[in-house]
Amino acid sequence: MSTIAVIDYGMGNLHSVAKALEHVAPEQTIIITGDRARIADAERVVLPGVGAMRDCIRAMQEAGVAELVHEVSRDRPFLGVCVGMQALLEHSTENGGVDALGLFPGQVQRFESGLIDANGAPCKVPHMGWNQVEQTLDHPLWHGIDNGSRFYFVHSYYARPEPAEQVAGLCTYQVPFAAAIARDSVFATQFHPEKSADAGLQLYRNFAQWDGRR
Amino acid sequence: MALAKRIIPCLDVDKGRVVKGVNFVGIRDAGDPVEVAKRYNEQGADEITMLDITATHEGRETMVDTVRAIAGQVFIPLTTGGGIRTCEDIRTMLNAGADKVSINSAAVRNPAFVSEASERFGAQCIVVAIDAKQTGPEQWEIFTHGGRKPTGIDAVQWARDMEDRGAGEILLTSMDRDGVKTGFDLALTRAVADAVTIPVIASGGVGTLEHLAEGVLQGHADAVLAASIFHFGEFTVPQAKQHMQNRGIEMRL
Repeated sequence: MSTIAVIDYGMGNLHSVAKALEHVAPEQTIIITGDRARIADAERVVLPGVGAMRDCIRAMQEAGVAELVHEVSRDRPFLGVCVGMQALLEHSTENGGVDALGLFPGQVQRFESGLIDANGAPCKVPHMGWNQVEQTLDHPLWHGIDNGSRFYFVHSYYARPEPAEQVAGLCTYQVPFAAAIARDSVFATQFHPEKSADAGLQLYRNFAQWDGRR
Repeated sequence: MALAKRIIPCLDVDKGRVVKGVNFVGIRDAGDPVEVAKRYNEQGADEITMLDITATHEGRETMVDTVRAIAGQVFIPLTTGGGIRTCEDIRTMLNAGADKVSINSAAVRNPAFVSEASERFGAQCIVVAIDAKQTGPEQWEIFTHGGRKPTGIDAVQWARDMEDRGAGEILLTSMDRDGVKTGFDLALTRAVADAVTIPVIASGGVGTLEHLAEGVLQGHADAVLAASIFHFGEFTVPQAKQHMQNRGIEMRL
């Protein structure tokens, strides 16, 4: 029986991620844990995260999860969600500048407040709600999900969509940004699949069956 | 491609049952919250909000169980509110599976609570609920305790203050319109939505599908919340979305 570990480092709503996985993969064991050995033993690993980047990175370091993420993301399917995606990049401008884990090149920056969109409506920050994701990469985690499907976002910081080869999905709010990134056995989403109804559940279903290859 | 406006069915819950009053009195039973939430999820609701209108100690414990039951079966955002007074209350609700909590009276009593909650849990999960009544031309005042207690606070200024303190979203209810089905207070909605840079949910007064569209088109709301038009089967969520899309509003269909 295979195990999916949802990394618990004291931040974020881990239960909703775990419940969505349980819903789509009832035959697998879903654990929420901060225990390094149990995470290292799992066949698949999810890194969730909400809130402030500085707090998330600090909590990961204190829990000893930061280096573990580097290890386990190399040799098995690994999924980052929301701040759990942003944490995989190099740096964020949040909280006056925070160094992140650096699995992917790139920087996270804030949406501007008070901008107006193409229809003359104000672009509120956070970017909150259902927006369309253009799949820019043929990837097993997009299997069975229509290109342009809407996913649920809630975030004030975003990753620039570069370098292009690591971008798996694009979304536009004020500017085009990386809605999903991918490399080898790592996939990460800015949106919350666990809050994105059928499209999100399908992504988790795909992840639960993914062998980490493209 | 653009961000869709949201439709949020609201469940007012009293002792574990969905109810809906008229002007906060005259309660009518609308069913089991878990079943109601599942039905709206299947209909394509964009989020669900559940407010504990009794907000007693026993009520809150029932509420935690209800949140837990819904969160295991409904995979769209869930906001819960009513009687949220401390960071511990917030933690309990988030751990039970809520994505956001709505803070109302406690914010008025102690605005620093909003700052503390936002700092600790992140702005994305802190909704400040504002219950406002018109007190003069282009003037609205905050009321607490289910609309019974005036505070002397100007609603538009309060919304700005709450944004500064780290609210991630405003749930704005017109007490004059709540339950009476004559449409949102559009002037109030627009005044608040234009005053802040965070999303605003319009609430109170929806009786027709066109009211929902007006909330976005004239009220500048980012999301619209309604209860009774959905609870008693007058309209379905897809009908509401279709109508709004026909009026030129970006929706998730």
